[in-house]
Amino acid sequence: MLRKFLDRQAPLFGEGGRFARLYPLYEAIDTFLYTPGDRTNRASFVRDAADLKRLMITVVIALVPAILFGVYNVGHQAALALSQPGIVATSWQAQMLAWLNVPLADPDDILACFVHGLAYYLPILLVTFIVGGVWEVLFAVVRRHEVNEGFLVTGMLLPLIVPPTIPLWQVALAISFGVVIAKEIFGGVGYNIFNPALAARAFLFFAYPGQISGNAPWVAVDGWSTATPTALFKEQGLAAMGADIGLGSATWMESFWGFVPGSIGETSFVAIALGALLLLVTGVASWRIMLGVLIGTLGMSLLFNAAGSTTNPMMSLPFHWHIVIGGWAFGTVFMATDPVTAPFSQTGRLLYGLLIGVMVMVVRVLNPAYPEGMMLSILMANLFGPLIDYYVVQAHKKKRMARYVA
Amino acid sequence: MLEHYLNLAVKAVFVENMALAFFLGMCSFLAVSRKVSTSVGLGVAVTVVLAITVPLNNLILHNLLVKGALSWLHPELAEVDLSFLSFLTFIATIAAVVQVVEMALDRYLPALYNALGVFLPLIAVNCAILGACLFMMERNYNMTESVVYGIGSGIGWLLAIAGLAAIREKLKFHNIPSGLRGLGISFIITGLMAIAFMAFAGIQL
Repeated sequence: MLRKFLDRQAPLFGEGGRFARLYPLYEAIDTFLYTPGDRTNRASFVRDAADLKRLMITVVIALVPAILFGVYNVGHQAALALSQPGIVATSWQAQMLAWLNVPLADPDDILACFVHGLAYYLPILLVTFIVGGVWEVLFAVVRRHEVNEGFLVTGMLLPLIVPPTIPLWQVALAISFGVVIAKEIFGGVGYNIFNPALAARAFLFFAYPGQISGNAPWVAVDGWSTATPTALFKEQGLAAMGADIGLGSATWMESFWGFVPGSIGETSFVAIALGALLLLVTGVASWRIMLGVLIGTLGMSLLFNAAGSTTNPMMSLPFHWHIVIGGWAFGTVFMATDPVTAPFSQTGRLLYGLLIGVMVMVVRVLNPAYPEGMMLSILMANLFGPLIDYYVVQAHKKKRMARYVA
Repeated sequence: MLEHYLNLAVKAVFVENMALAFFLGMCSFLAVSRKVSTSVGLGVAVTVVLAITVPLNNLILHNLLVKGALSWLHPELAEVDLSFLSFLTFIATIAAVVQVVEMALDRYLPALYNALGVFLPLIAVNCAILGACLFMMERNYNMTESVVYGIGSGIGWLLAIAGLAAIREKLKFHNIPSGLRGLGISFIITGLMAIAFMAFAGIQL
């Protein structure tokens, strides 16, 4: 029935139809619901059910555990803060929930925490999709290409890497920057040099450092400020971990499971690892990149541990801490493995991962200005991705030449 | 001591990248970044020129120009301060060194010489080089420091232009809006690269 309805609308959007200019919109809805009917009629085609759309959907499914946990954790952290005496929630989200009789200050009530988190997550997601979608359709209509599902992943990723308290107009600005400047003007999905979600996040980071630099309040309660574990560690060293840091304590296990304040989707190592498993089993994400990041981080952390320092506590933070705090896991699994912005050659991917792993440690440990380095190190690696590819290809050519000429 | 020089080198290459933190040397940065091989050639040439001119200008500055530098000629000249001439002298030194590099390339690497074309003489007016010399003066680098700084800032510029060139080679196959093709998109890429390089801002060894 749906098929018939779509088919009946087709002439309207086809060549010479009344809404011919809006064809991309029609096409997007059609292929979202049904497998595309087009076939290649020349040589070189691959018969596989996994088209771009299925790949992107796989990534979205892999994100689900991180999203569910993240949403719950936002509510949980807020409830922990609210259960302290003298703290009252005044944001519009909290007022709405109070009006709906949702208990806000009970950290043990899983459902209430989830709803509480949802009240912060959903508006961000909605703004991302509406504003980003408008840009996407606008470009598709003017430039006469099809609306592409790549945006689906960008739109899912961005809300997960911003703090829950972010003002919605900043979300709108950031997604506009990400979609337009980092993607559309480079030719759209598949042509971007930089990861649009990361570019959007970096834009926020440098344009509004007061709100989202990582040591500002990240719990969804007004007037309550607590540092993220990464920022805290930077100031106080390992002693801060395990000790009481205002909102509960951040032991290694808690960081591992994700019961710490932070960006919405980045806190839980476990939830992200579940997604990583799916991506690796289906082959959607490159294991070489993840391995590269892991080796780079491990190597640099051992080096820094060995070097030691009396003034810089980050120097002595062991490897198993580094991978559970901040955005390390999320960045490694969902950001670094973006197939478009990573190099295309296999060796290049390994090198690219290594570069990210080394860079993140350098920024985290040596740079006093930023507590977190994952976002910028992936952007940095994005920038050198084509160069890595170029030299891998050159080296390969040389090897082949040597084999055949000699 | 070694740590100090390492810090300076890292600063020159990454933290205060000539192209991406100060936006110096933009003309050739944008114009010669179509092919990786050519841009690496230009980057190496710039690095060589920087490695020679910064220490050379340091020598000239401290032995001829600053106040009291001329006292070895005559005690009365100890009061003379010629540092207002530093701009002129620096440019003259750079032009001379570039001329020498050009002749050397022509003799030993004719392919690169031809590929660089008009941009080789233009290194003489590449602001990255004069910029490095002026930073050297402003920050009072000594001889060793200026060698490290010259080489470091050259390598930083080389990294930046090679990265940009690789991206632009890839962009050949991209459907970029017609108004932005060429220089427009290069400016935008440079901006995005600068954002990524801000990861280093503030690093202290």
